[in-house]
Amino acid sequence: MHRNTGYDREASILAERWQRVFADADAIVSPSASCVVTLRETLGDEIPLYELTEFLTDRLGVEDVGAHYPRRVAYHPTCHSIRVLGVGDRATRLLRAVRGLDLVKIPREQECCGFGGTFAVKNPAVSEAMGSDKLAAVESTGAEVITALDDSCLMHLGGMLDRRRSPTQTVHIAEILGTIEGAEGP
Amino acid sequence: MTAREVVLERVRAALASASPANSHEGVPRSYRQQHEASTDRASLFADRVSDYRATIHRVGSAGEVAAAIAGVSQIEGIRELGVAPGVPEEWLPASNVAAVRCPDPSAASANRLGGALTGCALAIAETGTIALDGGALSGRRMLTLIPDLHLCVVASDQIVGGLPEAIGALRPAVANGMPITFVSGPSATSDIELHRVEGVHGPRRLHVILLRGDE
Amino acid sequence: MSFPQRAASALADEQLRRNLGNATATITQRRAEAVAELPDWSQLRAAGAAIKDQTLNELDQELLRFEANAEAAGAKVHWARDGDEACRIVAELMHARKAKSAIKVKSLTTDEIGLNNALQEAGIEAVETDLAELIVQLGNDSQSHILVPAIHRNRSQIRELFVRSFAGPELTDDPADLAEAARLFLRKRFLEAGVGISGANFGIAETGSVCVVESEGNGRMCTTLPELLITVMGIEKLIPSWRDLEVFMQLLPRSATGERMSPYTTVWTGVHADDGPKEFHIVLLDNGRTDVLANEVGRQALRCIRCSACLNVCPVYSRTGGHAYGSIYPGPIGAILVPQLSRLETGRSLPFASTLCGACEDVCPVKIEIPRILVELRAEVVRYEREHGQQRAERGAMRGIKVVFAGRRRYEAGQRAGRIAGRLFSRRGKIDRAPGPLRAWTASRSMKPVAAETFRRWWRRRER
Repeated sequence: MHRNTGYDREASILAERWQRVFADADAIVSPSASCVVTLRETLGDEIPLYELTEFLTDRLGVEDVGAHYPRRVAYHPTCHSIRVLGVGDRATRLLRAVRGLDLVKIPREQECCGFGGTFAVKNPAVSEAMGSDKLAAVESTGAEVITALDDSCLMHLGGMLDRRRSPTQTVHIAEILGTIEGAEGP
Repeated sequence: MTAREVVLERVRAALASASPANSHEGVPRSYRQQHEASTDRASLFADRVSDYRATIHRVGSAGEVAAAIAGVSQIEGIRELGVAPGVPEEWLPASNVAAVRCPDPSAASANRLGGALTGCALAIAETGTIALDGGALSGRRMLTLIPDLHLCVVASDQIVGGLPEAIGALRPAVANGMPITFVSGPSATSDIELHRVEGVHGPRRLHVILLRGDE
Repeated sequence: MSFPQRAASALADEQLRRNLGNATATITQRRAEAVAELPDWSQLRAAGAAIKDQTLNELDQELLRFEANAEAAGAKVHWARDGDEACRIVAELMHARKAKSAIKVKSLTTDEIGLNNALQEAGIEAVETDLAELIVQLGNDSQSHILVPAIHRNRSQIRELFVRSFAGPELTDDPADLAEAARLFLRKRFLEAGVGISGANFGIAETGSVCVVESEGNGRMCTTLPELLITVMGIEKLIPSWRDLEVFMQLLPRSATGERMSPYTTVWTGVHADDGPKEFHIVLLDNGRTDVLANEVGRQALRCIRCSACLNVCPVYSRTGGHAYGSIYPGPIGAILVPQLSRLETGRSLPFASTLCGACEDVCPVKIEIPRILVELRAEVVRYEREHGQQRAERGAMRGIKVVFAGRRRYEAGQRAGRIAGRLFSRRGKIDRAPGPLRAWTASRSMKPVAAETFRRWWRRRER
């Protein structure tokens, strides 16, 4: 957040501290594509840092994690994950292997949802307009759940859904992949 | 200091302060140098010209060129055609339309012409483009600008595949200071609610006479 | 007014949003189809970016080369430090011929320097001849899109403008009729004009030539018919050689309008006896471009060939339009050019008018790294405002957050404080009205309070 809002000094201090805190790890896994991207840009590629779907498919070579999640789920490909991280189809491959999950594609899925970090508070009107349009697109699929690799986008969309008293929920992909039969999640 | 000196000084200072990106790498030119069509170039050209809603006439001889010109002039009610100086006699219709060679270079007199008849320097298949170079076959720029109709004869051996070949072929003309005009369809605007309206200020009607040689 | 304020009012204009949404979606689709036709699109982009960078890296020499070759062909080259100087040069050239009016081709560069107003003050009338520019001029309006400036007006509004200015009341609002009315009105001006003013898409150093790309034919009219032609060209428009046009003539039309080629592309060199203007003047314009050149990261913005692909694909621009950016250059390219051209004196809110989604970078034909430059400029704006004592509250908050996150005990204390505050502000498990800057968040979204239990505590509990 600091780096992207222009607070470079503060961002570097936090990044360096992060590096010290995690210095001993063989692998560091993050449920946030945008954090991974920022840390790689600031600290370089050598650190064993993985976004969750990267870790599962690339490092562990797994697509079927044994999950069970019988809902209609719309996957929202976040801007940082598709354009900067280059996540490709990792998330959809993992989701397709989830038993009972009905995966749907959001129309114009590559268009930004309008979160944009501090953009959401600096330009709230535009942020809301973009979020509304994204929710309308999701609604057209009949999805019960929206999932993504970044909780930030989900917070933005989820907050709007809640304000409208919509039954549609936002669930991070980690929660879906972590749900096994008999313990269906939220 | 003159403005010239100041601006140049500013440029030099800016370049000195910021180290230039990729300064040692040349320009990568791995884009296509030849644009070969899967169909023959003349067919592709004709297709692309029709896409722009210009009218294409396919002919096989000089006589047929003249006939096509006569036909268009009659349908469009053209009585006087301005003709580029290098247009061969054989292309000119025998009757029904007066061919004005080397028309007077004033805008007013060009405005009285019903249409213009020219050849071209070359044509580009991929984009359906005609290139005029201000020379004898192309005529001066005003000729293909003011009259409302442009009749352009393109010989099939004048058609190149794509832009790189065209740009290369036009180099001598540019080196001689000739003005180059690339025409890709009649004039158009999309400015009113994005509706494309054909024909604003250039010739609103473009007729391309494609003269196929022995193939 | 800043971007957020102008954007909010633009969003409320339903017709603008509809027109803009349709226009940008249509052009974006056409662009995608036109680009898909070329198997070597990425190689063309790479070449385009490299050609521009190479020119910028040697800009002083290329400018001199251009000047020498243009003058050898009969043009006269002038230099302008800033917009005011450029306007003075143009006005003086016209006064010297006692010319009272000029016909003009659309040129963002001349809009940037306010040429029409400056000429008007000097007693000279500059008539816009692009249909959209004519509409904007008649409506005393300002543009909302680089390529389709009158997109915010619909056909019946345009009809009204024409009837008020030059047409009879029988004029319908059919686009073909409107174009015909404009054509007749302007044709008279074209045939009688003594002076033409244009901008330039490219200037070629090797030959001293100038290139203009257009659709309507008014560009050809303005650059061919008058006896005196004046072209105002930003110094960043140069390309080194004639050959380089083979790259840009593929990149520009497909990126701009989704066409294989624009209807007319004209390249002329100096003056030519018997064909075209007898006198040709080129005004080379700096007006802040050297400041952009001095910015190691930001100078990529000077590669721009004004195609507007970034505008059309931008989710922010396509909802707010150009007026919200408060500048001739809107959208993503505006957000990186305007603050740099003005040395941050204006446009400081523009680098923040973006979610950094990156759609613009994907479509830029010369591979400008727009998001990277936006982030860079944000840092520069923060530094600038620190130096000028502005935005203290935000700086304090950002520093505060850094302090809390930079120490383990402070972080955990922060979490506890967040949980307590959350309980104070939440109802039904949600926060609907957060205090301070977060109020902007809760205006349209609810917020989840901080979780009752941290992940680490949950993990430890599970393990037992």
